[in-house]
Amino acid sequence: MAVTPLTAGDIAKKVIRKEPFFILDVRNEDAFKDWKIEGESVQHLNIPYFDLLDGVEHILEQLPTDRPVVVVCAKEGSSIMVADMLSEEGRDVHYLKGGMKAWSEHLEPVKVGDLKEGGAIYQFVRIGKGCLSYMIVSEGEAAIVDATRMTDVFTSFADELGVKITNVLDTHLHADHISGGRQIAEQAGGTYWLPPKDAAEVTFAYEPLEEGRVITVGKSKIDIQPIYSPGHTIGSTSFIVDGAYLLSGDILFIDSIGRPDLAGLAEDWVGDLRVTLYERYRALAEELIVLPAHFMIIEELNEDGSVSEKLGTLFAKNHGLNIADEKEFRKLVTDNLPPQPNAYQEIRQTNMGKITPDIDAQREMEIGPNRCAVR
Amino acid sequence: MNIAKVLDAKGLACPMPVVRARKTIKEMEAGEVLEIQTTDKGSVADLSAWAKSGGHEMIDQKEEAGVFTFWIKKG
Repeated sequence: MAVTPLTAGDIAKKVIRKEPFFILDVRNEDAFKDWKIEGESVQHLNIPYFDLLDGVEHILEQLPTDRPVVVVCAKEGSSIMVADMLSEEGRDVHYLKGGMKAWSEHLEPVKVGDLKEGGAIYQFVRIGKGCLSYMIVSEGEAAIVDATRMTDVFTSFADELGVKITNVLDTHLHADHISGGRQIAEQAGGTYWLPPKDAAEVTFAYEPLEEGRVITVGKSKIDIQPIYSPGHTIGSTSFIVDGAYLLSGDILFIDSIGRPDLAGLAEDWVGDLRVTLYERYRALAEELIVLPAHFMIIEELNEDGSVSEKLGTLFAKNHGLNIADEKEFRKLVTDNLPPQPNAYQEIRQTNMGKITPDIDAQREMEIGPNRCAVR
Repeated sequence: MNIAKVLDAKGLACPMPVVRARKTIKEMEAGEVLEIQTTDKGSVADLSAWAKSGGHEMIDQKEEAGVFTFWIKKG
């Protein structure tokens, strides 16, 4: 029987379309527990490949025949071996090309909407890691926000649209993934913007993101308006794009809020987070479409795979925005912190330009799930 | 430490370090120690998990200049 590879893109489409499929994950149990491919239509079985070296007959009964079976491992080697064994037992199976490494790096571009005076805004969904990046396009120019290190995805997308990348922005100094912002700006000859309070230790030149310094995309009036919104980091800055979209960075998510402890102490910044969410964001138009820098659970994805919601709806439904008592808010934010992301200190150092790990080391640093929120 | 066998699995990608380790340890006696050298980062967690699953004991491990060395006592 046949063994056919599926790409991370194939799997991402299945997850978004909610097509039923079955994953035989042959990584060790700890790796599986820490991080796996998730989705409403996904069923899992985890049996490490080293427990299958004597044969796969004993697991055949546990593998369904009414839906595709995809064997998954860290880099693909073990999944091909197990898929071949299943094939010899008469099963049609797939394996994930490039393994969880490819899953972690896959970006799915989704158009979020058109801009009033022409142009559009796109969201790049890093489905395996929960990171969201943005491209704002107008009149032959593009601005990119919170780019991941897979810079070629952004540059090829801009090439396909026939636009020049002129501005590259990061809402904050990221601690969970390596930013591709500086590299994209250098390659394209564009300007790289960072919040100055997050950039105190960076080793490279940048333009400071400050309120009042509006960034324009194209000749028309597509504005990116910075809003200082500390709380996840001391410099965290949100952007209002074209008067219609609120790029909230790691401050506000669809079903959770930012965590305040990845660059310092939770106790120090929880007050800032409170003021940003309960005063600064409150003062903004409820019609704004919130576009965060992350999603945590697959349920946060809309039908088309995008992640967005009206600010007014979040004020009504997001638990983190509905805690009247400040003490209770403090407790929620400081007592419910999830484990810190893998290698987050090294990731911050990389984003400051202090260390320059090779590509394999960068991949290794980013392994695992996203953990930037508290619920 | 009584090292009965040394397995050079440097340069091998998953699943080969574990496949070779398993084959080598099959030819050994219980209580004997196998030394394994690898360069694949994934082998660190996998060799530990495999040893545990197979009833062997991971006595020690170290990393030096990108080479991981493990000492596993056959169970």
